[in-house]
Amino acid sequence: MSTTVLPAGLPAPAVEPLTKPYWEGTRQGKLVIQKCNGCGKHQWGPEWICHHCHSFDLGWAEVAPRGRIWSWQRPHHPVHGALTGHTPYTIVLVELPGADNVRMVGNLICAPDAKVEIGAEVEAVFEPHDGADPPYTLVQWRIVG
Amino acid sequence: MSERTLRGKVAIAGVGETIYYKHGQSPDAEFKLCLQAILAACKDAGIDPRDVDGFASYGGDRSEAVRLASALGCKELRFSNMFWGGGGGGVCGAVANAGAAVHAGMANCVIAFRSLAQGQFARYGRGNQPATVGGDDAFLAPYGLRSPAQRFAMKITRFMTDNGIRHEALRSIAMASYHHAQSNPNAVMQGRPLTVEKYEASRWIIEPFHRLFDCCQENDGAGAVLVVPADRAKDLPHKPVYLLGAAQGGHHRSNAPVHNAPDYASAHFKTVARNMWDMAKLGPKDCDVVQAYENFTGGVLLSLVEHGFVDPKTANEELVLENLLVGGTGRMPMNTSGGNLAECYMHGLEMVNEAVRQLRGTAINQVAGADVVAVLGGPMVTPVSSLVVGTEATL
Ligand SMILES: [Zn+2]
Repeated sequence: MSTTVLPAGLPAPAVEPLTKPYWEGTRQGKLVIQKCNGCGKHQWGPEWICHHCHSFDLGWAEVAPRGRIWSWQRPHHPVHGALTGHTPYTIVLVELPGADNVRMVGNLICAPDAKVEIGAEVEAVFEPHDGADPPYTLVQWRIVG
Repeated sequence: MSERTLRGKVAIAGVGETIYYKHGQSPDAEFKLCLQAILAACKDAGIDPRDVDGFASYGGDRSEAVRLASALGCKELRFSNMFWGGGGGGVCGAVANAGAAVHAGMANCVIAFRSLAQGQFARYGRGNQPATVGGDDAFLAPYGLRSPAQRFAMKITRFMTDNGIRHEALRSIAMASYHHAQSNPNAVMQGRPLTVEKYEASRWIIEPFHRLFDCCQENDGAGAVLVVPADRAKDLPHKPVYLLGAAQGGHHRSNAPVHNAPDYASAHFKTVARNMWDMAKLGPKDCDVVQAYENFTGGVLLSLVEHGFVDPKTANEELVLENLLVGGTGRMPMNTSGGNLAECYMHGLEMVNEAVRQLRGTAINQVAGADVVAVLGGPMVTPVSSLVVGTEATL
């Protein structure tokens, strides 16, 4: 039985200089978000500059792996060969109140016909892809409670 | 200092298009299609193609200006221009860039165009499939978020949920395009009408608001318009179609990474529409016809709202089929040649051509006495662009 939300074969995230701390964090089961050392604001996705204060001194901070669903979609049409026969699946946009309300994209772990409510509380589920070269860990989401 | 504006300064003197084909069905190469459309626009304008001195396009069009100028034997090239961004976000921007160059004296006679033979190149929606992805896509593709429809779907979900807009509004948008295409011999969907039953029975592409008929097809073909100074247009064969207003861009951080635009549930026209109407000194109520680019019907809804054509509070009542048809109750005749959905997905260039025909009075589904037409370019991408054109009576 597959332990991942989506089947194997989808593109893996390339670990790049700008994003490396995030992927190192997920391997350790931590949600690590870019945070400005100049003004203290979080930002996502990673960028070379803080869009609030224009500091280039950007650090990383572990944040609570909790959020709420800001929006969602449920694709039926396979947009990648690996997805053929594995649709529908659910994608959520999750807002992180613990990190200046930045938003992240992930899959919602749910039945294919589950009702999805905007505003629902969710928590992160770390999904390791240990067989990949190099291995990586995705952040998925499930409804709290 | 004199007012800085394009209003009434330049005109579209010629329009051209190829036969429109289903995806992969063109017998001709993309560049050849492009040449055919440009020659047709020049012929329509009564201008020797060798006198064209500029080319403007968008969406990363592969038919490069220098190749076109050489192939056509243009006497000189004075303006070559590409609008950044994907899809049809730049359709009106390309026309406006052509107009700006002409008005600024950088060129005299500029073609704005789009050429697509998608069968010759990679398909949309299922692009090439690399083993790893970087940049923004590293945070999207591993979750099965890759296609344009998927990039926009969560904006639509949020906006329609917040405003209580029902899927029937989107159905009306799709049906209007199909309805108008039935009388257009060059429409790829002529002979394939869309009924309520057919729409409702169509398969999901993405829940909760994207069925098959909410999504654009893929097509082959090319379209072109010829932009000249307003004074010169008066001496050419057709009634001049004046550019009254044009704008492009996006609102504050509209392209913030990984779906983090602060004002996210948007087609990105909020500032663009305001700037366009300001230049035109007109508003949505002044328009006789609207051409609203459909990549997905949800995007059309947001585009119409952001340009002031539809109030989200009453969208369910306003977006009914009768209101959108030529010869219907006629409140807002829309996509009168069939649009991207049913005439041809020529990334909106076919809509600029249709706007011109409406103002000349030569459209197949003619709105009687049309003086002002708005063209709303590709929504949901960023940057986006829009324009409004009018007859001499509007100057
Ligand atoms: Zn900062």
